[in-house]
Parts: sequence; C-alpha cells; structure tokens
Amino acid sequence: MSLSILAVDDSRTMRDMINLALTTEGFEVHLAEDGEHGLEVLDDLDPDVIITDINMPRLDGFGFIDAVRLRDDTRTVPILVLTTESSNELKTRARNAGATGWIVKPFAQDKLVRALRMVAG
Amino acid sequence: MSDPMQEIMASFFVECEELHESLVDALQSMADGEGDVETINVAFRAVHSIKGGAGAFGLDALVDFSHQFETVMDACRSGTLAVDDRLNELFLRCSDMLSDLIRCSRDGEAIDEATAEGLIAELATFAPQEEEAPAEEIEFQPMTLSLDDLGAPGDAPDLPPLDLPPLEDLGIAPPDEDTAPAAGGIKVVFAPDRELYESGNEPLFLIKALADLGDCRTSVALDAPTDADGLSTLGGRLTWTIEIDTEAQPSAVHEIFEFVDGLCKLQVEVLEGTTEAAAPLPDLAPPADTPAPAPAPVAEAPKPAPAPAAAPAAAPAPAKPANGEKAAKAATSAKASPTVRVDLERIERLVNLVGELVINQAMLSQSIAEENIPPNSPVTNGLDEFMQLTRNIQESVMMIRAQPVKSLFQRMSRIVRESSAAVGKSVKLVTDGETTEIDKTAIERLADPLTHMIRNAVDHGLEDAATRVERGKSEQGEIRLKAYHKSGRVLIEVSDDGGGINREKVKAKAIQNGLIPEDVTLTDTEIDQLLFLPGFSTANEVSNLSGRGVGMDVVKTQITSLGGRVTIESTPGVGTTFAISLPLTLAVLDGMVVTVASETLVIPLNAIVETLTLAVDDLKPVAAGQSVLCVRDQFVPVFDLGVELGYRDVAPVQEGTIALLLSPEEGVLVALLVDTIEDQRQVVIKGMQESYGRVPGVAAATILGDGQIALILDANDLVQNATGEDLVIKQKKVS
Repeated sequence: MSLSILAVDDSRTMRDMINLALTTEGFEVHLAEDGEHGLEVLDDLDPDVIITDINMPRLDGFGFIDAVRLRDDTRTVPILVLTTESSNELKTRARNAGATGWIVKPFAQDKLVRALRMVAG
Repeated sequence: MSDPMQEIMASFFVECEELHESLVDALQSMADGEGDVETINVAFRAVHSIKGGAGAFGLDALVDFSHQFETVMDACRSGTLAVDDRLNELFLRCSDMLSDLIRCSRDGEAIDEATAEGLIAELATFAPQEEEAPAEEIEFQPMTLSLDDLGAPGDAPDLPPLDLPPLEDLGIAPPDEDTAPAAGGIKVVFAPDRELYESGNEPLFLIKALADLGDCRTSVALDAPTDADGLSTLGGRLTWTIEIDTEAQPSAVHEIFEFVDGLCKLQVEVLEGTTEAAAPLPDLAPPADTPAPAPAPVAEAPKPAPAPAAAPAAAPAPAKPANGEKAAKAATSAKASPTVRVDLERIERLVNLVGELVINQAMLSQSIAEENIPPNSPVTNGLDEFMQLTRNIQESVMMIRAQPVKSLFQRMSRIVRESSAAVGKSVKLVTDGETTEIDKTAIERLADPLTHMIRNAVDHGLEDAATRVERGKSEQGEIRLKAYHKSGRVLIEVSDDGGGINREKVKAKAIQNGLIPEDVTLTDTEIDQLLFLPGFSTANEVSNLSGRGVGMDVVKTQITSLGGRVTIESTPGVGTTFAISLPLTLAVLDGMVVTVASETLVIPLNAIVETLTLAVDDLKPVAAGQSVLCVRDQFVPVFDLGVELGYRDVAPVQEGTIALLLSPEEGVLVALLVDTIEDQRQVVIKGMQESYGRVPGVAAATILGDGQIALILDANDLVQNATGEDLVIKQKKVS
C-alpha cells in the first residue's frame, strides 16, 4: 500500500533523508519546513501518517501536534515524532499532546518504515 | 554524484554553513547584548540541526561536540543558566570550533581533537549535572541510512536499543533480558486504555503487526458497559489475548508495542511448548527471570470512568473521500520551496552559454549593420528587443552567482578574535554592508587576502592598549569591515583606528631592504605603495601572526587576479584604510573597443572618465618622449597605448588623436592615447591566465562580434606600469 506521509522538519538534510528513505519505499512523501508550514500543507492534504520534528522555528513540534489534534480532519491521524531529543520529560509532553510514537534520530530506515506501516495499518 | 546519500551529505554541509552563519549571527547579537529569548533559540536550533544531520552520517566528532554545545545552550534557553560575558565568549569560541569540525568532516581532514576536547570540558563545567552522558552515547551511535538494509522484523536485536522509558517501570521484562528463542511461541495479553486511541494508535494495527511474527490465535473479551457513558468508548473495556506461533523473541513484541507503552496493559509471555493451550486470562505471571514487580492484573484495568465526548470513537480511519484530490493539490503546494539548490557546475555552464549568447548577439548585430537595413524596420526593431533580452538574461544569470558578503565577514570576525587574542590586544570588529552581493567565486577567493589584511590591521595597525590610552583613544581598538557598491564596482574596506602608517619607518625599511635608493623623494601615496612590494615587512621582528611568509604583495596579487585593486589611505594617529575594489561580475564587462597600431583592444568602460579628441598642440612635451595634456587647467600625464604595449616606438601625434582620460583608484588622472574608438559594448571575459600566466596590463581576452579576438586591458595595471616606471627602474638599479 502506498502511504501518504507528511514529514515536518526544519533541517533540509533531514527532510532530504526522510524523503529518500520513504520514496524508496514507495511512499508518497510531502514535506514541510516547520509546524506552521505543516498546518498549511494539511489544509490540502489528508496524510496517512505525520512525522514531525520537535525543535523548529515558528511553531515547534508540540504546538504542531496540539494543533493537529484539535482539527477535526486530522484528529486521529497517527503522528510520529522524529527527533534527536530522548528525554522522558519531552516524550511525556509529546504524548500528552497526542503523539502516536517517538523515534530518535538518527533513524534506521527499516525501523522508521516498520513504525509507519504499523501506525498506519 | 549518483549516490543519493552522497548528494544529501553534500547538501548537509551546505546546510551546515548556513546554520553556522545563523549561529554566529545569534551569538554575536547575544555578545553585543542585543539578544532576546528567540536569539538563543535560533542558536540552539542551529547547533541542534547540525547534530541531527551529523548523527545521520556518523560524524562522531561533530555529534559529540555539538551535543555538549547544545546542552549548555539548552540550559541557557530554559533559564537554568544565565548567559554572561564569559559564556558568550566561550560560545563564540565553540562556534569557531564547530566551523572547523564541519570543514574537517567535509574535507576528510584531521580534527584538532585536543582543542575540541578542551572546549567540551569547558562546556561541561556549565552543563547541568543531571544530564548524564552514558545513556546518550548509545543513542547517538551512528546508524547510516542504508537503502538495502531492510531487515525483517525479527532482526530487531541488531538495532540499538529502543529509546523508551525503562520497561521495568511497567512491570515488563526488558527485551535485553530474554535471549533464549521463544520456541513455544508467545502469548500477549493486551488491554488498551482510552488514551491509546487518543494518541492516534489503533489496536487492530498492533495486532496485525503481531500477525507478521507468525500465526496468531486471537480472542477478545469485552467488559459489559456499566452505564450509558461506557458505550461511547471502548477504551479500557477490551482485552485481547493473542497467541503467536513464532520463533521471534518477546523483544519483537515489545518493539511493536513501543509507542503504546503506558497507554495499555500489556503482558508478554513465552510459552513453554506448543502443546500448552492458551492460558486463562487471569493467569498472568511475568516471565520467570524478570525482577520487576508483577503488573496490575488486567481484570482490574477497565476504568469505570465516563468517556468525554471528545474521545475519538474506536473507528480507526475516518472516511477520506477527497484524499486523492487533496493530495494532488498538496503535492504542488508542499513542494513549493523558496529556494532551490543548484550544482555550481550547472551555473558555470549557464554563465558560459550566456557568454556565447552575448557574443552571438554581437555578431548578429554586426551582420545586420553591414546589410544596411534601415532603422525602424522589423529586423532592426527585433534586434533591439533581442539585445535588451540578452542583457536581461545575462544580468539575471549573474545575479544567480551573486551572494552577500555576510559569510565572508563572519569568517573575519573569527580572525579578529583569534588574532587579537594572539597579540593580547582588545579589538572590536564592526561590520557594515553585509548584504552587499558579489560573485560567489570572488567571495571564496577574498577569504585569504582579507584574512591577511585583518591580521595585519590587528598586529601592525592597532596600537597596544597603553599607547592608545596615551593618545586619548579607547583601550579597545576597532576594526571596521565595510562593503558597498560604487560606480559599477564593489568596494570592501578594512579600516583600523590605529596609529596610521608610519611612513618614515616604511621608507627606512624599504631603503634597508634595498627596495629603493636612499636619496629618492617619494609622495605619501608612493610610500604607502611600498607595502605591496615583494619582500617588504615593517615589523622589526616577523611576528607569528601576520608574518606568515605572506606579504601584502601576495594580497595584491590575489586581488588583482580577481580583476580588483587595492588602495591604501592612512592618516597618522587616526588610522588606516585598505580598500579592495572589485568588478561586480567576473564574466562580462562593459568595454570600449579601440584600435591602436591596427590592433583591436578593449578597455573596461568603468575605468574611463572621459574621451577627448585632441588637436596637435594640445600635448605639451615636458621631457624626451613625455608630454602632458592640459585638461581644464589641470596637467595630466600622457601615455600612448601603442608605445606602452610595445606595438610601436613613437606615438604618431596628429590632428584628431583620441585621448581616454583614465582615473586609476588613486584619483590621479592619466591620458591614454589611442587611434580610434570602434564601439562601446559588452564583452564576455575569457580568462587567459590559465594558458599564458599573468600578462602585465592585460586582464583577459574576448571574442568580438566579427569573431576577432581582442585583449581586454587592465587599465589600472597599465597606468601603474606607465606611471610607476620610475619606481621599477629604481628597484632594478638597486638590485
């Protein structure tokens, strides 16, 4: 199944890598540069899964997850947090905001893909 | 660059440079006391992004350093650590180190580990104590993204441990502890809480993922709702029991349930033998070797709590009728990024092609002119538009190559920091005009000469603190770096507020070094120019700093090779300014096509102040073979271009001879005699240095509209050769 993924990350390198990893896998990848941009993209897109970074300008990952969960059309879309952060405190914050899963960078392609397939069914 | 990972890595280093630029910006404004909350956030994110990318490529040194760097900055932004001057200063030094590490990682050079470790240790003294390193080390273990590394789910033990809250907390055996193969299969008891649904997880998907491990026997128990509210959610009411026929280890199951850890009751048990039937639900003994406390029995789990209306229903995926359409729309909107990255080679190719286009257009114009086609005919009108378009295309292409000098200036702030520390002076760098754009190649090639000029200014230009105070100046010296546009060129000035050039000392040194004879009389400008002579050094002892075997003569050569010029302005006691003047672009210039002794030559238009048609008696001879021209009551030395270039011995001065008034950077007017002026047009610069080396007076060559090759003259060099001849002869006499 070709999944539609929205990946939100302010680092171009990270967006490139996610894009490469997931398009290789046959996924349809959409990219956004920060939370604000991600919300704009969501106006025109119903992704199967959203991947987001935490530390971003304008609107960070927590704010983005909050906003996504408040929107009717995206309330149940799985959100994977992909970040270098690993503290339990931040994880709890993300989970409370409504994150589905947490993957620590650098990511292994197979693990990311497995996680995506699992949360998206 | 066919390997996509190589490409991403290359673009990572480009991104690193940009991130480092914003880091330096942020740190600098913090140091200047202009920073606010967002400033430290910007700095933090820059380092954080560098760390993230570096981790992906296994650049350990970069990861380790940026990790410690970001940890301290994180403490600052969360307010647990106050930013003071000492910390700002450390941050700036760390940013320098970070820049080095990025460069070394990119170029595969050896890393200055001692300095890096020293800084890490210094940072550690600020770092919050509870942040302990060992756990992090595993996390940042390099894991290169490999395209063919698609392991089966059972490969999980090869991966670094998942980063989760300790499983013991949840009464579950950590994956590491069971190493024995689960020969008899695995039994999983799973009861999702309401929060699991709210987090976007779906129990059915998790169970489906379990099915990937092997054949499953699944049963589900539903607690009867106790009241009407209980019907609105399945949270906490469903309990699945899944028995999997699998060789996989329990860790594989834990991995599947990683994200819902804490959002459900989960029991994973290795079955001893396949014959053993599914145990009844309450029989939930933890694996024998786990020291952890037994989990709460699942039977107790269902909460009678009413489900708020906001809780999403268990239906996993809402219908998405417009998905395809929306996705197509998004594909265009999401990919619209404000910048694109282009390989420099492609731009070079475009620049070259545009060059050919300009030549081609010139040739076409010439052919049409020769056909005597009347003006305002469709052909000439079309040609006019074509010329206009060509010019627009060319300007646009040149703009692609242009970049602000900011990155260059930022590098200089580091040079100031390092060199002032080396000589023990307090120096402040003030920059101006950072957004001024010049050709990318020029930016790269200016780094060396500017570095040397700045070191010189710090070392020789500025006085030591005591002398400064004595002279009524502030203790801290100031170096000003300024870029601006002026009459079609870019000027970059390096000024200091030091003692000015000690011309007596310079002259004495030049005499001592045998560069000039003792009895020569030189103007201030001429003395200043001595600094550019090879083998000149004013410092009594060559210092470590500026005297690295590179003299100002090399600086001048480097600038000249860019089509630029360097001039000096110095006032004793007030300071010195070195000004670099560069052409806007390195590929095309507006030139005047002239002929001299039947040779066609191009003179850059921006060097020409005025053109004059002379009468025979306008020239006043002052010495053998030398004359001057009287222009509006000012006497201007005259040189014949043919003679200067060696095309002829004597200038055939006649009625109607044309003089070009040139103004080299020093502000002195010079008249250059030519035979005729052919045209004024844009010419494409074709470098000659690679084939012929540097030819005095000649900057490059070009191809004219008729296909003829013409030399482009370096007006300034030419004039200096002509006017500076005395100096050269004096040098020769001495040596």
